[in-house]
Parts: sequence; C-alpha cells; structure tokens
Amino acid sequence: MASFKPTKVQFLPKLGEKVTEETLYWKNYKSPVQIKEFGAITKIDFSPLPPHNYAVTASTRIHIYGPHSQEPIRSFTRFRDTAYGGRFRGDGKLLVAGSEEGLIRLFDISGRVALRQFKGHSKAVHMTSFLSDGFRVVSGSDDLSCRVWDVPSAVELSSLTQHTDYIRALAPSKLNPDLFVTGSYDHTVKVFDMRSGSSVMTMQHGHPVECVLLYPSEVLLVSTGGRYVKVWDLLKGGQELVSLKNHHKTVTCACVSSVGNKLLTGSLDRHVKVYNSSYKVAHNFDCDASILSMAIAPDDEALAVGMTNGVLSVRHRRHQKDKETLTSRRRRGPSYQVFVKGKNFAPRQDDFLVSKPVKQYLRKYDKQLKSFEVSKALDTALQTWTRTSKPDVTVAVIIELNRRGTLKNALAGRNEERCFCVLFFRHIFDPRFSRPLLMVGDIVLDLYQQVFHESPVVERLLQRLMEVLGREAELQQELLQVLGILDTLFTSLTPRKEVACVKTLQSISVLKTTDLSQEKRKIYHIYFE
Amino acid sequence: MLYIYIYIYIYNIVRCGGSKVNLRPPIISTDSRFLLCASGDLVKVYSTRTEEWLHSLQGHTNQVTGIALNPANHLQVYSCSVDGTVKLWDFIDGILIKTFIIGYPLFAIYVSEKHEGVLFLHVSMATDSKNECFQLVAVHLPKSAEQEVEAKEMSVVSSHISSNPSCTAFGRGGEYIAFARHLQLNVYFFRKQKTCSFSLKATDKKGAKNAFTCIACHPTDDCIATGHEDGKIRLWRNFIHKKEYTYSTQHWHHNAVNTLCFTPEGTHLLSGGIESVLVQWQYGAGNRKEFLPRLGGSILHISVSSDGQLFCTSHSDNSKLLSFKCLFLPMLFMLSGDGVLTDLMIDPRSKALVLNGKPGHLQFYSLLRDKHLYNLDIVQQEYIYEAGLDQFEVVKAAFDIKGSWLATVEERGQKSSDLEFFLKLWAFDERTQSFVLNTTITAAHTDRIISMCFSSSKETTMLVTIAEDGQFKAWCQGADADTQQDQNFWSCDFVGSYHNLKPTNCSFSADSSLLAVSFQEVITIWSPETWEMLTTLCQPPGVIRDLCFGRLSCSKYLLGTTTRNLLCCWNLLTCALEWSSSVEVSKLQPDPLSENVAAFSYQSKHTDVFVFKPSEPRPLFTNKNVCSEKVHRAVFVPREEPLNNCDESSQWLNRSQLYFLTQNMDLLTFSTATEEDRILSSSKQLVIDDSVAVTPFYLLLGKHGQQQQKLNTQSHPAADKPQQPQGSVTIKELLHTPAHVLPAASVLCSMFVNSLLISNTGVQEEMDSEKEEEDSEEEMEACDSQQELRVQGSVDEVTLKLSKAQERELKRVRKTDFSWMAGLIDSKP
Repeated sequence: MASFKPTKVQFLPKLGEKVTEETLYWKNYKSPVQIKEFGAITKIDFSPLPPHNYAVTASTRIHIYGPHSQEPIRSFTRFRDTAYGGRFRGDGKLLVAGSEEGLIRLFDISGRVALRQFKGHSKAVHMTSFLSDGFRVVSGSDDLSCRVWDVPSAVELSSLTQHTDYIRALAPSKLNPDLFVTGSYDHTVKVFDMRSGSSVMTMQHGHPVECVLLYPSEVLLVSTGGRYVKVWDLLKGGQELVSLKNHHKTVTCACVSSVGNKLLTGSLDRHVKVYNSSYKVAHNFDCDASILSMAIAPDDEALAVGMTNGVLSVRHRRHQKDKETLTSRRRRGPSYQVFVKGKNFAPRQDDFLVSKPVKQYLRKYDKQLKSFEVSKALDTALQTWTRTSKPDVTVAVIIELNRRGTLKNALAGRNEERCFCVLFFRHIFDPRFSRPLLMVGDIVLDLYQQVFHESPVVERLLQRLMEVLGREAELQQELLQVLGILDTLFTSLTPRKEVACVKTLQSISVLKTTDLSQEKRKIYHIYFE
Repeated sequence: MLYIYIYIYIYNIVRCGGSKVNLRPPIISTDSRFLLCASGDLVKVYSTRTEEWLHSLQGHTNQVTGIALNPANHLQVYSCSVDGTVKLWDFIDGILIKTFIIGYPLFAIYVSEKHEGVLFLHVSMATDSKNECFQLVAVHLPKSAEQEVEAKEMSVVSSHISSNPSCTAFGRGGEYIAFARHLQLNVYFFRKQKTCSFSLKATDKKGAKNAFTCIACHPTDDCIATGHEDGKIRLWRNFIHKKEYTYSTQHWHHNAVNTLCFTPEGTHLLSGGIESVLVQWQYGAGNRKEFLPRLGGSILHISVSSDGQLFCTSHSDNSKLLSFKCLFLPMLFMLSGDGVLTDLMIDPRSKALVLNGKPGHLQFYSLLRDKHLYNLDIVQQEYIYEAGLDQFEVVKAAFDIKGSWLATVEERGQKSSDLEFFLKLWAFDERTQSFVLNTTITAAHTDRIISMCFSSSKETTMLVTIAEDGQFKAWCQGADADTQQDQNFWSCDFVGSYHNLKPTNCSFSADSSLLAVSFQEVITIWSPETWEMLTTLCQPPGVIRDLCFGRLSCSKYLLGTTTRNLLCCWNLLTCALEWSSSVEVSKLQPDPLSENVAAFSYQSKHTDVFVFKPSEPRPLFTNKNVCSEKVHRAVFVPREEPLNNCDESSQWLNRSQLYFLTQNMDLLTFSTATEEDRILSSSKQLVIDDSVAVTPFYLLLGKHGQQQQKLNTQSHPAADKPQQPQGSVTIKELLHTPAHVLPAASVLCSMFVNSLLISNTGVQEEMDSEKEEEDSEEEMEACDSQQELRVQGSVDEVTLKLSKAQERELKRVRKTDFSWMAGLIDSKP
C-alpha cells in the first residue's frame, strides 16, 4: 500500500541574480532608521574610536549621533552659513569642518565653541580633513586652492593652486602624513606630496570629480564623478584599473567596507551599490531620495546614508543574537519539547534501531486532491497569495488536474467572482506557464461562452486579455523573423557543413504563434458575437 | 519443473517467469502455508511465509484456466486447462496424481463439499469462436485406477452462462449454485432440481448499468452478493421463493466491481475494482466499511485463507499482494506481462533485469534468484485508477556502463495530440543504494524521443537522444554555463541533424570514440569529441532499423539492419560494405562481454536466432523456430562465473546468457543441460529448507532423531535402508500437523520424558523399535505417494480412503495402553 504522492511542483531555475554569500552578508541589515535633518546632508563621518559615534553635516549644523541613538548626543551650531565636510581626527577627539563663508573651524568633541578658526579661503570650503599626523589640517575650496594649516598655531603652512575648478573631493593618506589626494570639477584627480609641495600624480577622470577614496592599502584609488566610478592603481603610476558604470545618475559618494574591503557607491539615482572584489555589483540598497553622502562604520556595523531631502537613514547590522531572540519568541511551549524528546539520545553500538515512520504532511490542495475535491483544490491554488507569489504552485495544480482529466469539472460551475480569479492570471506569457494557462483559457471560454455578456467585469477582463494576446502574438512573430534572419546568417557562415549550430537560439523559447492567434480569434469571436 | 522445448543438442529454451499470473484467482491452502496460482500452462506454488516461488506443477499443454482444492483432501488440488483435461495434484510434493480427460476446452472449475466426486466445469460448446456459448457441466469422476481416465459422465447444469468465471458461485456449502449472465441472475437448487431466475432492467432512470460482473455467496446465510458494472453491490435475500425475493443495494465503487468475496465466517464481504481499493464491508451492518487504498494495479481477484487471516489480491499489473489483516506484505511482483514499453536492460551493479513494473515505475528483477528486488518510482505522481485515463508511463530507459547513471523518458498523451514527456537523469546514491533524481529536462526535444544511449567510455558519461523532430542531442553533465547551477546537473552539449531526416537509431562504439546515428537510409558517423561529422554510409536502400558496433577484436566493423531484409556489415577503416546477407532481422543484440552478436529474424511466422561475429558472415550458432512470435526485446545477461563449455556451438553462452521477450510477453532464454540440473537441485533444496522450522520442539526432537540415526547406523551398519534426511520426515510431520490431528499429548509426553532420561539399553531398544516403526511408516507413505496409482488401485473406494494423518492416528490409538480401562471394567460388578 503506497502512500499518497503529493503534487510535484516543478522546480524552475531562477532567472535573476545568483545568491552568494556576499549578497547574504549585505542582505543581513535591519530596516533603516530614518532621522530628519534640517537640510541636505553633505557629509557623514564615523569616529575611529568606539563606540563609533558619527558626525553628520547638514545645513548650518553638525550633529554627532551615538551608534544607536536617534537623537544627537552633541551638536555644533555656531555656523553662520552652511557647514561642509565635518571630519574626525584619527584619535576621534577633534573635529574639523569647512563652511560656505570660507572659514574652517576646529572643534573639541566635548566642547561647543570652535577651538581654532583658519581663515584664508576666499570661497566656500567643501572639504576639510586632518592629515594622518594629526597636527595639520588640509582643506579644499571653491577658490581653486588647496591649503594646509597648522593646528597648534592656526597658520597656513602652504597653499597649492593647481586645479582649475572647484575642489570638491579630498582624501588624506593614512600611512603617509605628507600625502593627500584631491578631486576637482576640472575632471582631474591629483596626488599631492607636502614634501615636494606640488602634485606628484594627475589622473584624468573625464567628469567632474565628486569624491575620491583611498583603499586601506593605499595602492588603489577610487574616484567618482558623473555616472562613472574609476579605480586607479597608484603603484602603476596612476593607471586606470577599471571603470564602472552601474549608476544612471551622478555618483556622489563612495566608501570602503572594513570587512573584505568592498567598495560601496551612492548616487543621485537613489541607489547604493556594493561591488565584490571583481567589481561586479553584489548588492543594491534602495533609498527614497538622491544620495549625497554615505559612510560605513568600522566592522560594517552600520551604514549611514545622507540624502538631499535631509533624511539620514541608518541601517544596522543584524546579529546572530537578534535572530535567536526572534526565533525563541516563536518557539511553542511544551509540545515542541515533546516533539524533540529523545532526539539527543545516542544509541549504543549493539542497539537495534527501529526508525519511526515520518508522518507525511500534505498541503491543503494536496489534501483536497487526495479526496478528489477538484474544484476546491483549484480554488486553493488560485488564492491571491499563491497566484501572485507562487505561480508555479498554481500551475502545478492545474497540470495535475489536467492529468487527472478533471480540469473541466474543476473549472465548471463558477460564479462571477470565482471565474474572475481564474481569468486574472498575469503569467500567461511566461513561456514556462503559458501552455497550461492557455489550455485553461480555452476551457473557460468554452464553458462560459453563453454567460459572459452578463458580467461587465469579466467582459472587461476578456477585452484586456485579448489586447495583451494580440500584442504578444505580434512580438512572437517578430521574434520568429529575427530567428529566421539569424538562421540565414548561420548558414551563410558555415557554407559546407550541413549542421547548423542553433544551440544559442534554443534558449529563446518560442511560443507557437498559431496557438496565440487562435486564442485571440476565439475571444474576438465571443466578444463581438 | 521448467518448461522445456526439446531442441537440438544440449539446448533448451527455458521459460523463466513472465507469464500472467492474474488470469484466475489464486488459492491459499487450508493451512495458509502455500499459495497456488495458475500461470500460463503451469500451476505455481509459492510459500506465503517466505514469499518465494517453491515449485511449479507442470503437465498441462495449454493455458491453465482454473484451480480448486480437492474438498476431500486438502493437500490435493484440481486444475483444469484449455487442453481439455483436469489434473489432480499433490501440490506439496508437486506430483501429478491423476488426469481426467474431458475432451472439451475447459474455462473454469468449481468444486463443492456436498458433491464429492463431481466437478463443475465451464465448457465452451460453440464450434466457432465468434459466438461464445459457455455451459456449466457437472462431471462425475470415474473411479478408475488408471492414471489417465476419460470422464464421460457429464450432465449439463446450465447452458448459456457468462464467460467470466467469477459470475458463478456455490452457496451454502453446495446447496445451490448461483450464476449470472448479463442482466439475469439464476439460482439452481440441487435438492429441488429447479432454477429460479431474477432479472434486472438494463438501465434505469438514473442511467445505472445493471449488468452483473461478479457474484459471491454467503457461506452460512442464504444471501448472494452481486457486483454490477456501475459499481453497485446488491445483496439478494429470500430468493428461494421466486416471487418474494428482496435485494439491498450498496454503492461505493465508481466503476465496475471486479470481484467479490466473503470471509469464511461470513462476517465481512470484500470487494475490489479498478480503483485498486480493497473495500471490506461488514456483513449485516449496512454501509459500514473499511478501506485499504492504493494497492497497485486494479484488483482482479481476491481470495481469503480458510482462517480468514490472510487475504490475497491479484492485480492487473501481474502482482499479488498478501495482506495479513493489517500488516502488509507486498509479494510476488512477477515480471509484469503486458505493458513492457522499455527495452530489456541489465543494471550493471546488481545484474538485475530492469523493465517496466508498476505503473510509472521501473522494476529491478533478479534473474539469478528469480525474485523481484524493488520498484523505482520514476514518474513520482499519484496514479489515478480510472479506465481510459492517459497517464505518464516510462517508455525509455538506459544505464551508463558503470551503472551510476540512469536515464528515463516518461510520456503521456501518445493517443491525443498534445504529447508531454520528460527526460530524467538519475544518479546512483551509494549510501541508500538506489537511484536519486538528479535532473529533469522538461522539453528535451520538440517531438517524442525515439531512442537514447549512453557513451560507453568509463571516464566521461554522455547521453545521446534522438527524436522525431529530426534532431539528435548530446547531453553532458554540467557543461552549460548559462544555467549558473552547480556542476552536477545535465545540460545539452550538442544538437545535430542531417538534412532534416528523421533519425531511427543511435549507437556508440565500444571505446566511444565514434557515434553512429542512422537517419532513415543513411548512417552518419560523428566524433563525439569535436562533434564533426566524419562520414556517411548509405549504399543499400531501406530504412535502417538497428545499429551496433563490433566489439573487441571486431571493433572495426559496424552492423546495420534495414527494413529491406538486409543485414549489412560495414568496415569503418575502408568505409566500405564488408558483407551483407538477406535476413529479416527484427532485433540485433550485441554481447557486452564478447564479440558475438545475436540476431533475431522473423520469417514465415516463426523466429530464428543467429549468433555470429561481425568479422565473418557465417553464423556461430543457428536455432530455427525458437518461438512463433516476433522478438523485439533481448538482452545478454553476464554470468556470475563463466562456464567452461568446450563444445563449439555453446561457447557463446559461456560468458553471458541471452534472454528475450516475445510479443506474448514470455521471457525465454537458452540454457545448457548442466545449468538445468543445478536449477533443479537448488529448487528441491529450497523446499526442504522451507518446511523445517527451527522450534524448541525441533531442537529437542531433532537431536533425538539424530541420535537415533546414529545409533541406527551403528547397530545396522549393513542395513540397506536409505538414510532419512536430517530433521526426519516424522518430526517434520509431527511439528506441522495441526494439533487436533496429533496423537494425545500423553503419547508424546512419554517420548519426551524418555528422551530426557539417560538411556539404558532396554529402553533404547524399545524406543528404537517404536521409532523404526514410525520411520517405516513414513517410508511406506513416501512410497505411497510415489506409486499412488498402485495403492489407489488396491483401495476400491476413494472416498473411504483415510488421509495419512488419520491413518497414523488410528495406529497410535490402537497402540496405546488401555489396560487401565480393563481395570475399570473388572472393578465393575
């Protein structure tokens, strides 16, 4: 006596991207926390010291947030005009920021008033940063100059005017205190050495540079600008390693994750893209406004994204612990205990094991099929949730009913509402599903030919179906034409051989056009009868 | 034991399984130890305990159509056959006791306790087969001593009865007989010598179909259960008075009821039909019933053992199931007869024969042990038992050379226009020792697959399929990059075609460096490494049917057969026709272990076998008129150990054995004389092994018996009495006879106690003599059964003859000491 064999749902290969460990890693972030700021967020910087607070520069303020706080734990508001580029020093105790008026201010984290003010720039300073020795500050300004300041004495050490347009990107080297990289709207990226006092390397990005970034090893340099992200190899004298064009608007910011040194880029097209080590997009974060700034915490604990509408969105990493608490809450009480009773028992060597028969759990439609309730089984399979998210299950049940020869019985005797849900099946052109679904359509048309006119809803639906069928038929026809053209090309390429290698063309699964047009004609016929 | 056609020299064509066992209901012996079923021209005896085939009762020359236990002696069985004879057998020893010649083809047999010496038989009276006209006749068996008796005393009980033997049944131990035909139920009362008939309308308002399909009578009550074509079961009562009969109707089956059976106590009624559900109705409890669903093919017959513990159902897929109340023992899946769609194949691992089994399954059948090993579920879908439903069936299967891959094709909708088929690839799992589904290819081709074969190299496995869409495709494991899957799935590697011709067959060479695909009249040779077409061979006209490469020393040849009665051999080095011969070859089968190729040719209504090497057109071995049907499936089965036959004409059988399946689905083979002896001896051994159970009693008595034997041999070293086999017949008999026919416990007890005592000589002698007497009795009985005739001749009345057990009991009783009785009598005044 065999047991009931459940309906086999055909496993279909997913056409989308492949699931790798990397995507799983990047998927493992909680849903973002949204914090509203006063204006567009131009810069986010994480403190290098734990607990890794972060400074958010927006409008005329710089707020410092704790890793899990929704309210700023400290704020610097003494700016007369828009503040730009708030950055921490390497020890996390000092913060430097530029402003629209050209003034550079230096703050102590615990204080409120600026410790130093560096005056000299004649135009807005968008980028400021400490050099890695911590005693000097470098700034890039819209007055085309790039200046280095001494922190203790608050005097200008040098001024470099080698760019021909606004400097909007700056990255100091962490290994060498005399080295920094600037990017400018004059489409160039320059590497400056304070020892020589001038630029030592110039790379042509080809677009106004919005952001430059050095990899932790400082061999690779990333510059973003326009729709392009370019990676340069500094050891090879600034040779372009790769040019990425994955965004469809200007790429405004980039950062490197601390686990695995993965590159992340944010763009005005509202996407944050994560690249794997071979610079293929591994993951994609969607945001609800254009992204201006982005930073990732050490150990990838949090990803903060600043947007033009002043919303700061912070995603925190989901930990194993969180998951456990989630599942433990779900665990049922004693019944589960009973269920796992004796699971840990280790049999001795000479014990004779008697295996318990595993109970077969059937899906609802399978239970109904087992008791030959075909119409109910079809209803179960056509429930909205199954129909939309698991069309393969619905189609499997339809195929099973057809195999049992009871599809017509199951489709017959439906009222307007239940008929409506049969017809409302949008997967009819998926080549994997079209055959059984066209068959269903055929049977429905046969069955309800007389009564279609009574229901305006169904009538409208049929009209739409007919339109879509017509469009699909045209498309198929075109595809066939292309196939024919390709065939001739292939035969002309291999003049003497009898075998035409058409393997590549096989992947284009072609519906029989005749089927479609017949279907269309049928609906037409009924509709205009 | 095995059906043998006598042929040339040492060759015999041996039938090995295959025939239908579901033609007539099987019977279970009274002690529930044996199951008998009619199969072809044999009656096969199976053990219900071990589920193994024990032996066959062989002697009929045509299809056996009925078997029935002899009501006078439950160790004997009657069988009737189309050849016009009824034979009486002792089924435990497999001895033919008597043959009654009736002279007409017989179609069923019925016996009843109340009618001793009378057999009821279905006889076909019509001379022309078109107008089927069956009669039920009572045949009085003549009491003659001869082994072959002509039974002439016949009386017709009824003419015009149904051809279906389940439409006739005895009621109440033989008081009446009920038989149904079309819409009429007749009951014949033997005492009153009259027939009552009741008829139903063909259809009623609801469209019921009332024709009778089967009938069963309650063993103690006056009640007849009838099954009908629309699935109704009617219980008829009070039918003694023609006018006042009543019936009640019960309906569960949705299609015709195939069989009905009451349990011996009459508490339950069992019914079965095409749904393959055994329904157990409680008698007298209205509609209360229990089900046993999904038993296999549709149920054709049900039989119940006399103690009501064991049900046996036989199914349309040639299987039998024994149900032991609740416990289920699937048993005796014999080679399914009809519906073999796949080729015969050999699983390279288990050396089992593989072909279609249950619907949607492949069965693995061990030829060495003649036993069904297991069924592999290919389709993995719920099978719906409904007449006329088009379901998936395995149509093609192929193994790779190591047995680690299996490819199957299942198909549905051959009859209707929309064909659905799947190509599945199964990997052998070492841990579970069975095949696990690896890849399912849904649209392998645009039309049905004609044939497929694996490459024969051990390193890489490649599958080539050819289909009616004019293409052949090569499938490899994990070569495709677009699927992005792990590397162990199969994907298409190459698609080839030749002038849009329909391919007919394909074959790999022994080292799989060449692939031959035949397209209609042209053979194309491809190199599987580069997928380059090397050459085409197309001289003789006619569509090519079969292809095979030469092996070993003949590897430079390619054989092909065409529909134009030509067998051609090509030389692949010169690309020229080496030789051709005009024979109509229906099947070409190469031996995987040698150069030999067997060809089956069908000419003037009989099949001939030729075995030859491709290097020379002269056959090694020819056997004309092997069977009268066409042979389309054949296979060489490698032997476990090669034989050492020096005879030139039998050398080709040394390494492997040739099995072939005829269109009647009989599996035949060639066997040598030595093999047959071995089979005979092994099967005898089996019977003995089976019948001696190791029980505490046996250990005790067996030891005793052995001691006895030892002593016997010591005391009578020169005695010419043959040695009893170990576990002597006495003990066997003692342990297996039911308790109520055994001598009183007091008799046995003394023996036990004696055996436990330390024996002195006096007791020893006494015991000896007793034992010897018993032994000699057994001896006598053995002679009895062997020379049954003579003994029967001396005993005039067959009915007076006591059974052996009864006889022995009498002797025992006579021997017991009644002295205490004498004392009692004496004490009486």
